[in-house]
Amino acid sequence: MIQTVELRNITKRFPGVLANDRVNLQVRAGEILALLGENGAGKSTLMKILYGMYHPTEGEILVNGQVVQFKSPADALAQGIGMIHQHFQLVPGFTVVENVALGLKSSRGPLTDLDAVSKRVRELGAQYGLHVDPNALVWQLAVGQQQRVEIIKALYRDASLLILDEPTAVLTPQEVQEFFGILRRLRDAGNALIFISHKLYEVISISDRVTALRDGRVVGEVETKATTQQELARMMVGRQVVTRWEKSDMPPSDAVLQIKQLAVSNDKGLGAVNHLSLDVRAGEILGIAGVSGNGQRELAEAIAGMRRVNAGTVQIAGKDVTNCSPEQVIAASVSFIPEERMVMGVVREFSVAENAILETHNRPPLSKRTFFDFKQIDAHVTKLVREYDVKTPSLETPVKSLSGGNIQKLILARELARDPRVLIAAQPTRGVDIGATEYIHKRLIDQRAAGTAILLISEDLEEVRALSDRIAVMYEGEIVGIVPPDTSVEELGLMMAGAQKNL
Amino acid sequence: MLEQLFAPAVIIGILASGIQLATPYLYASIGEMFSQVSGVLNLGVEGVMLIAAFVAYYVALKTSNLILALALAALAGALMGLLTAFLSVTLKAEQGISGIGIYLFGLGLSDLLFLVLVGTPTAIRGFPELDLPVLSSMPVLGPILFSQNILVYFAFACVPLAWFVLNKTTLGLKVRAVGQTPEAADSLGISVARVRYIAVIVAATMAGIAGASLSIAMFNIFQQNLTSGMGFIAVALVYFGGWRPFRVMLGALLFSMVNALQLWIQTLGIGLPSDIAGMLPYILTIIALIFAARQIVTQPTALTKPFERGE
Repeated sequence: MIQTVELRNITKRFPGVLANDRVNLQVRAGEILALLGENGAGKSTLMKILYGMYHPTEGEILVNGQVVQFKSPADALAQGIGMIHQHFQLVPGFTVVENVALGLKSSRGPLTDLDAVSKRVRELGAQYGLHVDPNALVWQLAVGQQQRVEIIKALYRDASLLILDEPTAVLTPQEVQEFFGILRRLRDAGNALIFISHKLYEVISISDRVTALRDGRVVGEVETKATTQQELARMMVGRQVVTRWEKSDMPPSDAVLQIKQLAVSNDKGLGAVNHLSLDVRAGEILGIAGVSGNGQRELAEAIAGMRRVNAGTVQIAGKDVTNCSPEQVIAASVSFIPEERMVMGVVREFSVAENAILETHNRPPLSKRTFFDFKQIDAHVTKLVREYDVKTPSLETPVKSLSGGNIQKLILARELARDPRVLIAAQPTRGVDIGATEYIHKRLIDQRAAGTAILLISEDLEEVRALSDRIAVMYEGEIVGIVPPDTSVEELGLMMAGAQKNL
Repeated sequence: MLEQLFAPAVIIGILASGIQLATPYLYASIGEMFSQVSGVLNLGVEGVMLIAAFVAYYVALKTSNLILALALAALAGALMGLLTAFLSVTLKAEQGISGIGIYLFGLGLSDLLFLVLVGTPTAIRGFPELDLPVLSSMPVLGPILFSQNILVYFAFACVPLAWFVLNKTTLGLKVRAVGQTPEAADSLGISVARVRYIAVIVAATMAGIAGASLSIAMFNIFQQNLTSGMGFIAVALVYFGGWRPFRVMLGALLFSMVNALQLWIQTLGIGLPSDIAGMLPYILTIIALIFAARQIVTQPTALTKPFERGE
């Protein structure tokens, strides 16, 4: 059983990068420590060191006062340290119990002992409120339940320090509350927990202590009771952060994006968007709130011409673009910031310049009669990169070596440079640090003022509430209600779980 | 002419040779299934079979010791498996291409060894038919099922055994895990590379036995390209069977029955051009694969993807 775990003067150097710089951190049994920091602050690296996935360049790890060395996660597990990764480490085609049993010694030698494992899984479930059917196939479980399987896996291996890497990113507000209940129960049973997050309100509501990292260094350690969201934000970013935006009043105007009775299938051929109708007006941000997988992605792709529309229409400023090619949709003045930026937003191997001109490379002034005009391209991209504050060593750098925030700024630059009439922004700040998030938000607000109709799809309710003029809640491919932006998170959460709201 | 085909003796003959013809496919495809379930497409089966077939033949020719011949053929298969695993797992080579390399290597080496060490094909005494007591005297079923050589019986025994190993043992759990989500297995301290090495070596060992079953139990001779595409059919059968042992067996039986049928058609001199008859099994394979392609539920999702620890 773990009483204390301590990291002393941990330094981790990667070629050219100092990921952790003499970090000290301590966690005790019976407490929840929040590890707060922006993307790239070194949280994940630090935790991977603690879990034996990386080896520290300098410094030591102490478990219950004894110096330990981890060669692999197996060593960390043997000491009682378990980690729940942001991307679940589950085999989707396996049952819950098979996932738990995987890699464990069986009581029946070479044969599996799934019945015994199943019994223990049920016991753990009852003890901590981690209810899940041991015989269910993992891919059929909801994300929240998959997360429970991950926790059960760790507990089954006698972990008494649980590292939770951004565990709430995939949950609805209700699921988050339930999940916090489980965490408290785990804490009260004498476990130690490290909760990694950059969501301030969650840190405030669940943790006992907070350690904040910035640029690989510890920049603050506070008792949660003695701090505020504002103070934590300042610690994390190093300056005051804008989270509330002043928006100019929106004069009533015409709907530019009109969606009528739209029906779209997902990759498995099942209905994802079910006869959905929606109008977005010029100079308006319409936020779509919803739990991931309720048809938001398919909706966005259908509008952008990247997914077949089965029924219904999409109109841009009165012009029908239903089932038009992406090129035609772009020509109709629609910009798209896709959810999967590394897959759909950029060509990973292409340079910054090449990515910036993906949509406009084939017409003047960037090219003339099939030949590129490199001078023009250079000037155009230089301007974009400067204007949108994209931090890149050069225009020839492949985008895959930029940070998430900078890639997103590059996409934003490319999409907004065309001064679109309609902008579809899907998860525009997911995985992007606070600084870049603030910048992207500001750009969206500016674009709104310029008269663009913006459809903002986001799973971050704080973001949707801060930016939107109206919020449409999407559930199982339908809009269950359209509400004003000051609607409470609780109410939105209920609607996201399917509760109907009168329009 | 055609009514000859429906004479009871001919039908029994077709079924009996169908069962026997299924043997090399069973060994090779059940083995290949292991490899694929672990995430490695072992396209070189054909080459492994050829080398092992030669080894078995050569040892049998020189020593007349069939058990030794079989054992050394299996060992030759295992060594080829080690090479395959080294290329696919350690060096992370593109599996389709390295598989073709293994095939060409096996084709060339077996032929070379044969020309240098043997020269003229000489028949050997292979595994004799082994009539199972009581069972073999049953009417109809007896001659079809229970009057075969010992490698045939073992081949069919491999099917439930493979099912058991995959579904009821911790090794099977690991093999399936590394073929679907190697990251998950890795995070639980399982060595993805080790499990894949085991699976690939098991697969190649079985391909070795498949080769031996040709040269020292079925044809009792060796010649250039003895396998003539059987190894590739075995790979196709794994897809056809959807990575499930009993369905793989069904595929092997279906294919070999049609093969037996066309051999008998040729033997009986029925007025079907032999080239057309010879094509039947392959046409069937293509048709079967078109339908099989739809069921992808059990597909090892990490098939052909080398594992690399992320970040």
